[in-house]
Amino acid sequence: MNNNAKIQSIELNAWFGSKQVLKDINLSVKANAVTAIIGPSGCGKSTYIRTLNRMHELVPNAKMSGKVLLDSQDIYASDVDPVIIRRRVGMVFQKPNPFPTMSIYDNVAAGIRLTGAKKGKNLDEIVERSLEQATLWDEVKEDLKKPGTSISGGQQQRLCIARAIALQPEVILMDEPCSALDPIATAKIERLVVELKSNYTVVIVTHNMQQASRVSDFTAFFYLGALVEFGETNDIFESPKNQLTEKYITGEFG
Amino acid sequence: MLSSYAFRKFKNKLFFFLCLICVVIAVVPLLSILFEVISRGASQLNLQFLTANALQGGIGPAIQGTLIMIGLTSLFGIPVGILSGVYLSEFGNNKYASGIRLVNNVLTQFPSIVIGITAFSLIVIYVTGSYSPLAGAVALSFILIPIVARTTEESLKLVPNSIREASLALGVHKWRTTLSVILPAAGSGLVTGTLIAVARIAGETAPLLFTILGNSFFFQGFNQPMDALPIRIFFDSRQPSAEIQAQAWGAALVLILIVLALNIGVRVASRGRFSR
Amino acid sequence: MTKKITGDSIFKVVIAIIAASALVIFIANAYILTTGSSIVFSRFGLSFLSNTNWNPVEGRESFGVLPYVLGTLVTSGIALLIGVPLSLGIAIFLAEMSPRGVRVPLSYLVELLAAVPSVIYGLWGLFVLRFWMQDYIEIPLNKYLGWIPLFSGTPFGLDIFTAGVILSIMIIPTVASVSREVISAVPNSIREGAYSIGATKWEVIRHWVLSYGRSGIFGAIILGLGRAVGETMAVTMVIGNAIGPNAMPTSFFRPGQTLPSLIANGFIESPTPIEKSAYVGAALVLLLISIIINVLAYFMVTRVLKVKGGAVE
Repeated sequence: MNNNAKIQSIELNAWFGSKQVLKDINLSVKANAVTAIIGPSGCGKSTYIRTLNRMHELVPNAKMSGKVLLDSQDIYASDVDPVIIRRRVGMVFQKPNPFPTMSIYDNVAAGIRLTGAKKGKNLDEIVERSLEQATLWDEVKEDLKKPGTSISGGQQQRLCIARAIALQPEVILMDEPCSALDPIATAKIERLVVELKSNYTVVIVTHNMQQASRVSDFTAFFYLGALVEFGETNDIFESPKNQLTEKYITGEFG
Repeated sequence: MLSSYAFRKFKNKLFFFLCLICVVIAVVPLLSILFEVISRGASQLNLQFLTANALQGGIGPAIQGTLIMIGLTSLFGIPVGILSGVYLSEFGNNKYASGIRLVNNVLTQFPSIVIGITAFSLIVIYVTGSYSPLAGAVALSFILIPIVARTTEESLKLVPNSIREASLALGVHKWRTTLSVILPAAGSGLVTGTLIAVARIAGETAPLLFTILGNSFFFQGFNQPMDALPIRIFFDSRQPSAEIQAQAWGAALVLILIVLALNIGVRVASRGRFSR
Repeated sequence: MTKKITGDSIFKVVIAIIAASALVIFIANAYILTTGSSIVFSRFGLSFLSNTNWNPVEGRESFGVLPYVLGTLVTSGIALLIGVPLSLGIAIFLAEMSPRGVRVPLSYLVELLAAVPSVIYGLWGLFVLRFWMQDYIEIPLNKYLGWIPLFSGTPFGLDIFTAGVILSIMIIPTVASVSREVISAVPNSIREGAYSIGATKWEVIRHWVLSYGRSGIFGAIILGLGRAVGETMAVTMVIGNAIGPNAMPTSFFRPGQTLPSLIANGFIESPTPIEKSAYVGAALVLLLISIIINVLAYFMVTRVLKVKGGAVE
C-alpha cells in the first residue's frame, strides 16, 4: 500500500458477464498529479477508470472483485454508498454530454442542487468559480441561461469539466476527453488538465501517446486487461522496461 | 430530522416501491377479469351450450357468427391491408402515399361506434336493405385495413435494403422481388401484425351492433341478422334473468380463449424468427 | 424491354389503387356522417351542441348532445387522472427499475390488459367492479363527503365514476407502453452524466430521464385520451344510461352518458328519421372531438420538438 496514493486499486478484476476484462490490477495513483492510462483499443482502460468511481457496476452483467482505496477507505465496502463516492470522484466522458434539458448555469449547478443548495449568491459563486477553473467563464458569462448544448463541442467538454469540478471532487477521471474534439479545443483542454492537478488528482485515459507524454506525470500501460508497466511518464516513454511497452510506444502495434 | 443525504436515499427507496405498486395495481384487474371469466364461465361450458342455439340455451350461433365474421373480414381485409402496406413501403415516396399514410393514421383512431354507423348506412340501408353479415364484415374491415396497412409498412421497412438491391441486381422484376423476396423476409413481423389486428376485430362489438344486430339462430343467409360472441355477451348481460347472465360469462370465456389463442399465436410466430 | 416495364407498372398501379382504400373508408365515413346528420343540424343548427334535451316525441322534438360531450370529457378526465400516474409508474418501473428476471413477464401481463375485448371489461365492470366500487369507494365517499356536490347522490355503482375507473384501466397499456419506449430511447450518455455527479437512481429518472422524454410522454398521454374518448362498450355497460338533462354530469355518483354510449344504447331502437339523424349527429361530434385531440397531440409534440432542437426520439 502506497501512502502517497490518493486512489489505488488492489487485485482489481472486472468482468462483463463471463468475459474477464481486467486482471489483477494493482495501481497507485499519486495525489495532485496527472496519471495517464494508455494502451490499444480493448485493453480495458475505460473499464478501469469506471471501477474507480463505481460506474462500472451500472452496466447490466458487470462484475468486479478486489479493492479500490480512496485515501485508504475501500470504496467497495458493503456499507459504502456509490452515490457518495461519485461526488468525491468525478468523471468527464469521451463524448461531451452536457444535459440538453438544462441551461449552462443549471448544468454546473446540477450536482450542488442535488444536495439541497438553493439558488442564491452562494450558488452563483460556485458556478462562476467552477466555470473559471474550467477556463470557460469568459466565453459563456453572458449566456448562462442558454441550453448546455448550444455551445461548441470543445466548450461543451469544458462545461462538463466545470460540472464535475463544481462538486469539488478529490479525483477527476477523464475518459479520452479530447477524442471527439478538434486540435484547438484539444490543446485548450490539455492545458486545463495540467492546471487542474494543483487542486485535484487527475486520471486521464488516452489513446494518443503524445498527449500522454505532454500532460501526465505518471503513465500506466495496459494490454489485454493487464497492467504491463507503470512509472513516471518520462521513464515510460524514454526507457520502458517491458518489451511490450516499447513495442506499443514505438508504434509496432495498437 | 433526516439529513439531506438520508432523505435522498429514503426518496429513492420510496419511489421504487411506489412504481412497483403501480404495476401491482394494474395487474390486479387483469387477474380479476381472468379469474371471474374462468370461474363464472367454466360452469357453462358443455357441448349443449357450445352447439345449441339461443332458444335452447346455447351460444352456437354466436360462435359460428364470430368465426364467420373473422373469416369474411380477413378474406377481404387482410389482402387489401397488406397490399396497401406494400405500396406505402415500397413505392411510397410521393405526395399521394404521404396522404394515404396520414389518412391511415387518422383512421386507426376512429371510434369504432362511428364505423358501425357508417357501415349501417352504407350497407344495411343502401346495399342489402337488411341487417347482414356483409355489413358486419365491411365494418370490421374498416377497422382492420388501416391497422394491417400500418403494421405491414413497418415490417417491410425493417427489411434491409441490401436484400432489395441484391434481388434487383439479379434482374428480378420489382413486383416479383416484392412478393417473393421481401414479403417472406418480413414474414413473422407481418404475421404478428396481422394476427394482432384479427384478435382486435374478433372482440369488437360496437361495429356489429348496427350491422348484424344479433340473432338467436344460426346463420341464415347474407340478408339476415347474425349473432356473434361480443354481441351475445352484450345482450345477455342486460337480461334480468340470472341464467341468461350466466350464459354471458360462458360466451365471454369462449371469446377470451379465441383472443388469447390469437395472441399466443403471435408470440409463437415472433419467437420463430428472433428471440428478444 | 416493354414487357418488364409493363409488369412492374401494372403492379404499382394496382396496389396504388388498393392503397386508396384508406381514402375510400375515410370519405365514406365523412359523407355518411354529414349527410346522415343533416336533418338534425338543419333543424336545430348549432344549438344541437348546447341543448341538453333528448325528446323524440313528435311535435316536441328537441335534441342536444351537451350532456354527452361533458360526460365524455368527465369520464376521460377521470381516466387520465387515475390512469396516467399508474402508467408512468409502470413505465418507469419496467424501463429503469425492475430486475431483469421479472421484466418480461410483467410487461407481458401489462400488454395483456390491451388484449381483453371491451365488452368483457364491461361484463366484469357490470357484475364485479360495480359492487366493489359501490361498497368500498362510493358509499364511504358519499357518507363522509356527500356535502360536496361532486360526491352527492345515492351511489349504486353504475355511474360516471365507475365508467371513469374502467377507462383508466383500459388506457394503461397504451400510455404505459408508449411512455416506456420513450424512456428507453433516452440516450445513456445523459444517465451517465447524471450518475457521475452523484445522483441517486430516482434523481436520475426524475430530473433527467423524464424531462428529456417529456414531449414523448405527453404524446403518450394524449394517445390515452384519444382512446378513452372513443371507448364504447365497457362504458356503455357501467355508466347507467341516463338521457336528457338528467345525463348532465353533476355528480360522480349519478348515472351518466357519453357520446359513444348514447349511440350504442339508443341508435337501433330509434324509430323516427330525426332521432336517427340526432344519433348520427352525435357520432359526427364524437368523430370531430377525436380528430381534434389527435391533431392537437400532433402539433404539441412537433412544437416541443422544434424548441428542443431535436432532443427527442
